[in-house]
Amino acid sequence: MGEKRSRSFYVLAAFFGAYVLFLYGPMIAIYILSFQGPDGGLTFPMNGVSLVWFGKVFSGSGIVDIGAAFKRSLELGLVVMVLTVVLSVSAGMAFRKSFRGATFLFYVAIASLIMPSIITSLGIALEFRLLDDFIIKSGADNWTTAMGLFTSGLGAHLTWTLPFGLLIMFAIFNRFDGRLEEAARDLGATPWQTFRHVVLPIILPSVVGIGLFGFTLSWDELARSSQAIGSVNTLPLELQGLTTTVTKPDIYALGTLTSGVSFLVIFAALVVILALQARQRRHGSDAGKGMV
Amino acid sequence: MMLIFTLFFLLPLLFVTIVSAWDYNEYEMIPAFSLRGYTDTFEGCIAGLPDLCTILKTYLKTLKLCLLTWSLTLLIGFTVAYFLAFHVRSKTWQIVLTLLCTIPFWTSNVIRMIAWIPLLGRNGLVNKGLEGIGLIQQPVEWLLFSEFSVVLALVHLFTFFMVVPIFNSMIRIDKRLIEAAYDAGATGWQTLVNIIIPLAKPGIVIGSIFVITIVMGDFVTVGVMGGEQIASAGKIIETRLSALQFPAAAANAVILLGITILIISSLTRIVDIRKEL
Repeated sequence: MGEKRSRSFYVLAAFFGAYVLFLYGPMIAIYILSFQGPDGGLTFPMNGVSLVWFGKVFSGSGIVDIGAAFKRSLELGLVVMVLTVVLSVSAGMAFRKSFRGATFLFYVAIASLIMPSIITSLGIALEFRLLDDFIIKSGADNWTTAMGLFTSGLGAHLTWTLPFGLLIMFAIFNRFDGRLEEAARDLGATPWQTFRHVVLPIILPSVVGIGLFGFTLSWDELARSSQAIGSVNTLPLELQGLTTTVTKPDIYALGTLTSGVSFLVIFAALVVILALQARQRRHGSDAGKGMV
Repeated sequence: MMLIFTLFFLLPLLFVTIVSAWDYNEYEMIPAFSLRGYTDTFEGCIAGLPDLCTILKTYLKTLKLCLLTWSLTLLIGFTVAYFLAFHVRSKTWQIVLTLLCTIPFWTSNVIRMIAWIPLLGRNGLVNKGLEGIGLIQQPVEWLLFSEFSVVLALVHLFTFFMVVPIFNSMIRIDKRLIEAAYDAGATGWQTLVNIIIPLAKPGIVIGSIFVITIVMGDFVTVGVMGGEQIASAGKIIETRLSALQFPAAAANAVILLGITILIISSLTRIVDIRKEL
């Protein structure tokens, strides 16, 4: 690595720039198009600027009940987020010591991550269908279905978010200095105190990251939900349904809104992470400050 | 955690396997052993030889899409990761640029697919632009709702899965090795081929596993970007499901699963995933 930027740097930088443009360009196009005037169509050019299509989304005219789907997705996302954080952190802690079935659980998590979504989804659908059949046969007359947003839907989302959470925890603890805990223990801290006052503050920024993954992955999840969600739809499912039927920019408006929520969450999480890291730097080390 | 994976992952897989060997009629599944799910899938395959039957054609097409997407994501992902790992010098910039690549991953896939429509459609920007500079007289039809748009969208969506593991491998390469190579008189290209690529191999393999499994099972992208006209392995399952032919869907799932496991196990022979974290 010489001091001067080589020619390949500029070539690669240009390539990177093109990649970023490729990533963001189309998205930006639909954000702009969602402000299409009332007579505008699905493509450029813009016919004036308006908020008509956003109004359409909120009033619910023309398309399905978006408000309800929005709320459902939000609730599910939050539940998935909390569960992902709690389970990933505890599993992450457990994996630091070897326990029976550790390797097996690890491979299951990886398998769950890379399993084609449709298969998982189909499996969960079958599982609940058979469960329903069984319950009906054993005499429950009014039973309809156990399938729903917070049973099969939640499970489907967790098979997707938990592996990510677990992998992030692995990454954290591979760089974690175990001597810090020993020090705490030597000073007489209980296991809970050690976790609460030593381990948690150090890993907190990454835990926020896990939460971010948990929420956004659930918020946008589509393939796994498709068969396993029961009778009601989440927002991405509604969106997918709309792609084939809608010919007006209201679908872009909806897309802009959905992405807006994603960006809000990402932004909030990043701010929290940065704040936490800044705090760590301030309080982290008193090396070189002499005895207090 | 184990409980959740058992309930929502292992048991479902088991049920898929069991149900794939059940009988079925027009509206329900019958818990009796039958290979109808499989035989129906391959219906007419032997009679129709030497012409390929629909199912084989579909799988071949899925493999083709998969291969195309894989090579493109690998090429783009490797270049992007290489740039991030070796040419961006300050840590802050590395984080900022990595985040820049990650943020779209946290937003909705469907929206990122829809986003191509105003660009590629018949009256989209690309067609208008090409007409504007006089390259074409008629709008190009194959831009949207075609294999082209499917691969484009897949590359767009999933290059991220290549960038991250490859970047992760590259960042751990000892910079002194590269200097040593440079001092020993290796050209940039020789360093790339003989040092960086072998050392980044674990990342490449992990990224490949992600991309291949996602594309093999994908039905959403193929559905939306293919205008519901292109068949793929995942799409077959979905179609069977909407016809409520659960055993047939399950049989297809088992076949897909088999192919996927085959690909993964041959790839994992090359690296041990757990060591790479």
